[in-house]
Amino acid sequence: MGSVAMDLKARIPSGPLEQKWDRHKFELKLVNPTNKRKYTVIVVGSGLAGASAAASLGELGYQVKCYCFQDSPRRAHSIAAQGGINAAKNYQNDGDSVFRLFYDTIKGGDFRAREANVYRLAQISVDIIDQCVAQGVPFAREYGGVLANRSFGGAQVSRTFYARGQTGQQLLLGAYSALERQIAAGTVAMFPRTEMLDLVVVDGRATGIVVRDLVTGAIATHCADAVVLATGGYGNVFYLSTNAKGSNVTATYRAYKRGAAFGNPCYTQIHPTCIPVSGDYQSKLTLMSESLRNDGRVWVPKSARDRRVPGAIPESERDYYLERKYPSFGNLCPRDIASRAAKEVCDEGRGVGETGLGVYLDFADAIKRSGEATIRERYGNLFDMYQRITGENPYQLPMRIFPAVHYTMGGLWVDYNLMSTIPGLFVLGEANFSDHGANRLGASALMQGLADGYFVIPYTLGNYLAGLKPGINSPDAPEARAAERETVARIERLLSGRGTGTVDSFHRELGRIMWDDCGMARSADGLKKALGLIPELRDRFWHEVKVPGAGEGLNQSLEKAGRVADFLEFGELMCQDALHREESCGGHFRVEHQTPDGEAKRDDDRYCYVAAWEYRGEGAPARLHREPLAFENVKLTTRSYK
Amino acid sequence: MRIALRVWRQRDREDAGRFVSYQADDVNPDMSFLEMIDVVNERLIGQGEEPIAFDHDCREGICGSCSMVINGRPHGPHQGTTTCQLHLRSFADGDTIIVEPFRARGFPVVRDLVVDRSAFDRIVEAGGYVSVSTGNAPDANAIPIAKPVAERAMDAAQCIGCGACVAACPNASAMLFTAAKVSHLGLLPQGQPERDRRVLAMVRRMDLEGFGGCTNFGECTAACPKEIGQWTIARMNGDFLAASIRDLEEMNLRDEPG
Repeated sequence: MGSVAMDLKARIPSGPLEQKWDRHKFELKLVNPTNKRKYTVIVVGSGLAGASAAASLGELGYQVKCYCFQDSPRRAHSIAAQGGINAAKNYQNDGDSVFRLFYDTIKGGDFRAREANVYRLAQISVDIIDQCVAQGVPFAREYGGVLANRSFGGAQVSRTFYARGQTGQQLLLGAYSALERQIAAGTVAMFPRTEMLDLVVVDGRATGIVVRDLVTGAIATHCADAVVLATGGYGNVFYLSTNAKGSNVTATYRAYKRGAAFGNPCYTQIHPTCIPVSGDYQSKLTLMSESLRNDGRVWVPKSARDRRVPGAIPESERDYYLERKYPSFGNLCPRDIASRAAKEVCDEGRGVGETGLGVYLDFADAIKRSGEATIRERYGNLFDMYQRITGENPYQLPMRIFPAVHYTMGGLWVDYNLMSTIPGLFVLGEANFSDHGANRLGASALMQGLADGYFVIPYTLGNYLAGLKPGINSPDAPEARAAERETVARIERLLSGRGTGTVDSFHRELGRIMWDDCGMARSADGLKKALGLIPELRDRFWHEVKVPGAGEGLNQSLEKAGRVADFLEFGELMCQDALHREESCGGHFRVEHQTPDGEAKRDDDRYCYVAAWEYRGEGAPARLHREPLAFENVKLTTRSYK
Repeated sequence: MRIALRVWRQRDREDAGRFVSYQADDVNPDMSFLEMIDVVNERLIGQGEEPIAFDHDCREGICGSCSMVINGRPHGPHQGTTTCQLHLRSFADGDTIIVEPFRARGFPVVRDLVVDRSAFDRIVEAGGYVSVSTGNAPDANAIPIAKPVAERAMDAAQCIGCGACVAACPNASAMLFTAAKVSHLGLLPQGQPERDRRVLAMVRRMDLEGFGGCTNFGECTAACPKEIGQWTIARMNGDFLAASIRDLEEMNLRDEPG
């Protein structure tokens, strides 16, 4: 490990941008239909990417084994996505096109993603909507029966398809139903309440995974001809995030430790519209869909420490700061920009609510313009959700919102075929680093998860398998046995702790370090401080943590402990990446690198590359590899939403 | 505020189970119900005891993981709310709250408040889908769907599969869950080709999983966090009857000689 140069070939097909994917699909090798059933594929995760991949691969005839830690594949965290899914259908006749969606996504990502990947994503977007409608996804419609669209942050066209405020739920239930159909057909075997704890690599190829049955506690090795990870993002490294409580980095981090390069770990997205933190007991943060910014106006008082109730503050003393600073995009400017602007006004002492960490999102004008009934129809469930959590009625009082960690653009490095640096290990959806660059635009995560699962992996996986003899991998391989032994030893070590600290208390502490020093604003000093604190905390964790119960049977403390142990290592990698990237781009904001008016300052001469980190053993610093990004179809510009 | 808890503890499926009392002192009215359990669990772990096992994940009312019966009501006292969306401000200082798992033959207890709801997956597996493999779809706007129909389908499709309907029903019936899926797909043009087959197969599976029959109590809708209506059950009954008759006719046709 580490001695051989890492293969960072992106394998981007040649030819004009618009023809790359079609040409590539033709050039990819195929597996004969009657041979497909001889190959077994492991899919870890059952969210949009995992469920759509497992279902589509099952339909093609592969033998698929699909795993999720939840009690049902339908509960994967994609279910919680609210706002919508982008597609370049141009049904609104408002100037959208595949090229415009591609351009918006590349620009939104602050020119830190691959042109070819993003273009393919925009191309595929139209097929996704067709597929989902055919499955019976009840998207919003106009009276004439055609599909409705809305606009979303970072775009000036209406290209977002939605199902009330529950788009992720409906898309996931569509993918889940396709998955259940394949389970019934016998092509997919589903393993719920089963968590992947390690990757098995034999002769440099991914051949299986080590899993724990969360009900019985049994550890087992499952083998296949290829492994697909669709295990989501690592936002919970911050403890508080909009992610589900179970979301974790373990699968991708374990793959990293087995030789898969980790791409751009520091690129995290802080979402501007979340419900503010109310106390120390807080266990998670709740997102209020960005779609609310279509009708809500963001403001704070003009003067600092203005403690009046919002209704008592006259128009002339309000600062609608997004509209003021970014007149052409206004409240719809991209997430990273809206989040930083909120932090800025709060830093100036103009934040609202008890903690002063909040800004208003006000619907009074929209209600006056369109009527309460219209607003209720558009956002009713979100308003209800807000009222339930805060006890305040947003039809009467402006909402209070604050940024929160929401999505991670970084992930395992993959080539154009979505294969990692370990042959046979493919990575889809939020778990990979590929399409969003340094910032993701709203309604693009659902698009990418489904693009990867429905329309990319079914083609590219075959190309890998075509050159491979099926069914040769065995759980009895010495490497598989070793991985299983290491997993068992790790669990025993976690359970043998004599301390009194709970797993959550360590997780909270890690979250505070990450939020303070690797959050919305990062500095070399802060990151260096964090790089000192994290190993210390990790050391304390292993000495002082108390994990009650046994390895057998359901043990939720043990599940959490394993995940937090990995976060405690991964946080360091994030800080290291953030420290090395001496520029500001997208969600990565280094205070040393900003324009006089506080905007992110990119350094294209030195940092126009993907940072791919290679694991080099316990205690050794990770090694940086660079994949240069070439832009042949768009001009690198300073991102301006003014 | 101070809350007294009586929580169902059960080691595994075979264990008889019992209520155990816990005291949650110094809790805050803005805390969610699950955050209160977190606080109790943190204390238990600190004392070297095993925490209360419970299912939860998104904590924003959409994943359908949480599965507690609070003071006799699945998901607690409010309409249209999951346990994770319930806050302590809904209780009074000094209250005693009784917490149990969802109880039904179709949902065996795994541990404490965690139950096995895989029967729901098997009901969907029986036919809760449109058989359209990836890549087969026509343009999304090729088939117009009237807005009220799409909205009605969405009303049913909102089901989060939590199982509160089963837990609330005196018969432990899974009719509302099954009817929600049958209605969602049965309302849409995409769901028509398999409409008969779907309802017959899903109802058959539902019966096989040990859920009871529906006798129109309506408790399911009252407990449903997404407030899915009784109309779905009426609709499914109609579909089931029509499909059964057509099924019979088909069989008669097949039985005819020559």
